[in-house]
Amino acid sequence: MLFGKQGREDLIVRGAHVIDTAAGVDAVLDVRVDGGTIAQLGTNLETNAHRIVDGRGLVLAPAFVDPHVHLRTPGREDEETIASGTAAAAAGGYCAILAMPNTEPVVDSAAVLGSLGETAEAEGEVPVGFLAAITRNEDGAELTEMVELADAGAAGFTDDGRPVVAPGLMRRALQYSSVTGRRLALHCEEPTLSKNGQMHEGAVSAELGFAGYPSVAESLMVERDLALAAYEGQPLHLMHLSARESVEALSRAQVAGVVATGEVTPHHLCLTDEAVRSLDPNVKMNPPLRAEEDRQALIAGLRDGTIAAVATDHAPHARHEKEVPFEAAPFGVIGLETAFSALYTHLVEPGLLKLDTLLERMSAGPARAYGLEPPRIAVGAPANLVMLDLQASRRVSETEFRSRSSNSWLLGETVKGQVRLTIAAGRVAFDG
Amino acid sequence: MAEIRVMREDLLPPKEPPRRHLISIGDLQREDVERLLGTARNFERSLERELKKLPTLRGKTVVNVFYESSTRTSSSFELAAKRLSADTMSIKSTGSSVDKGESLKDTALTLGAYDPDVIVIRHPQIGAPQLVARYTGAHIVNAGDGKHQHPTQALLDLYTIQEELGRIEGLHVAIVGDVLHSRVARSNIQALALMGARVTLVGPPPLIPRGIEAMGCEVSYEIDAIKAADVVYVLRMQQERMAEGANYVPSLREYTARWGVTPQRLRPGQKVMHPGPMNRGVEIDPVVADAADALIEQQVRSGLVVRMAVLYDLLTHGPAGVQAAAVHEIGAA
Repeated sequence: MLFGKQGREDLIVRGAHVIDTAAGVDAVLDVRVDGGTIAQLGTNLETNAHRIVDGRGLVLAPAFVDPHVHLRTPGREDEETIASGTAAAAAGGYCAILAMPNTEPVVDSAAVLGSLGETAEAEGEVPVGFLAAITRNEDGAELTEMVELADAGAAGFTDDGRPVVAPGLMRRALQYSSVTGRRLALHCEEPTLSKNGQMHEGAVSAELGFAGYPSVAESLMVERDLALAAYEGQPLHLMHLSARESVEALSRAQVAGVVATGEVTPHHLCLTDEAVRSLDPNVKMNPPLRAEEDRQALIAGLRDGTIAAVATDHAPHARHEKEVPFEAAPFGVIGLETAFSALYTHLVEPGLLKLDTLLERMSAGPARAYGLEPPRIAVGAPANLVMLDLQASRRVSETEFRSRSSNSWLLGETVKGQVRLTIAAGRVAFDG
Repeated sequence: MAEIRVMREDLLPPKEPPRRHLISIGDLQREDVERLLGTARNFERSLERELKKLPTLRGKTVVNVFYESSTRTSSSFELAAKRLSADTMSIKSTGSSVDKGESLKDTALTLGAYDPDVIVIRHPQIGAPQLVARYTGAHIVNAGDGKHQHPTQALLDLYTIQEELGRIEGLHVAIVGDVLHSRVARSNIQALALMGARVTLVGPPPLIPRGIEAMGCEVSYEIDAIKAADVVYVLRMQQERMAEGANYVPSLREYTARWGVTPQRLRPGQKVMHPGPMNRGVEIDPVVADAADALIEQQVRSGLVVRMAVLYDLLTHGPAGVQAAAVHEIGAA
């Protein structure tokens, strides 16, 4: 399901604080990688003439997995390519990313998917999984040929950017996709409630005069999709949750036995609708930034595991498309290169989330949500490692991005926590 | 030769101030509003003395850029600038490069190349004035951006109330109608609250935005609530927003029956205001519009002197510095 280069790196990381909660590792250790595979954990390991990386004072963790990236290819290579997007991912500590199919053309045929896979194998700095559309051209009318798409390597199915509006079609998608063994991932938005909405509906939208996009536009669709999943006994994944009510609905469904996972973005975890007062188009996203109580519910959901995954929803946009009044700007911000720093700064440092929880929700959590092998630090596992400097800080600037776009909500902000090294599928993808 | 010294400060040309803007009522402090209203009053007196033109802003350039149709706002800004001896230039979106798809950023850069002192902008999108502020060195006056703000309308309304009722503080103002789509309402709620008036919004629930009480006003869905007010401020029912299928109200007929401001719903002595243009017989009964207690013509007259005061203040004392700082930060990012 992942397309990319395999590496056969030989190296040894000396004296890093190794954290992999799932593997029960939390200690200062050496980690030796032989031919791209983790070969030994311990102290004072033999170097075997390997490259030696000094990990003293740094954290070594399973590299991150981003379940929600827009690579804009094919169609908008001016905004992002597979090469630039995966370079950005590597710089952000990711060893694998999942790309959304809402490109031009939409990834709704095996031919398009196959050519993307070939490009990723040739140009990708980190492996990429491609989601295919649920409906042809994401029109919400006819199902795609899911079996053929799965055989061609689709990592899952989504009409991301759009909801599957008709409940009958959503039910058919749940039924039919089950034969592929791939998850449906859903963008939950009731379009007649969100119509023309520019930001969260509340006191801030009332004051600024923006048409509101109420929380219930998301949570109503979340409830519907969970009800259909329960009825059909099929799993599903809920993308970029933003509202307290959505988290509550997901939690209730999980308790009732529905196999449902959820994801949340760094911007929904760090910001609220108050940020829109700046009228900066880089805080315009779909779903919109919501109220503080929503943010707190998202943090709590991530903490207790209701929400399994952090997803960047990395959405590059051309500079001129964001240099317009807020109302005219497209939705979306980039996030691959800043996700860890943003969350470390806004959640871990103030004590809202533990570091090991964040590391799990950025790595194993999203991998499991899509049935991918979770990265782990264990002998015999492929080397998917990220080395983090928690003391280093930087001021985020437009010039630092490997992404072709720079529409980040963090521009000008000083963040703590830097990625120093990323090893993806046994290959050094980033060395900073 | 002895150096010539100017003894009277007030004969000096206005000093070059730091760049400030009037984008939102939120940019202003109470003392800024009081100073502006005082300046407007001085201008009104000078106009009464048949001194129709003052030399104050000679050599300054004021550019009006209107991306939306407007009669009273654009004409009163133009006249205000002329009365202060500034050079003026008016650009409308039709017949300009905007028609050819030029972006607002490029239009701003183009206009900025002429070094205008003030750009007055009306635009259908929220945030357009901030964008123009980012790409030009001019002082920006927001003449209406989408449903966000129309600060000079609120200032002229305050001026009208102050002149007619002698005070603003402690008054009760009912704002009636389509608050959801109204930048006039938003600026007025802020301005009236800033000056210590009590504000009640009255209208059908779909046209009162959820959460608006946080701006410091009350909400009622019953038209009877206007009876308690000193001033009834009637908003225009924007016909274009009330198209079939929009379903904010089932029909204008039903709106008028339930929320129209009629003589029967007012008590004697209540002042009535309207930002114009009016839909007579829809949101306001023609009898109310033409009654002696209606201040609608005074509002138009106030518009001229208040906009003179805003231009003068921006180019001399400056009404506020808050927005300039905020815009600078966005620009730096």
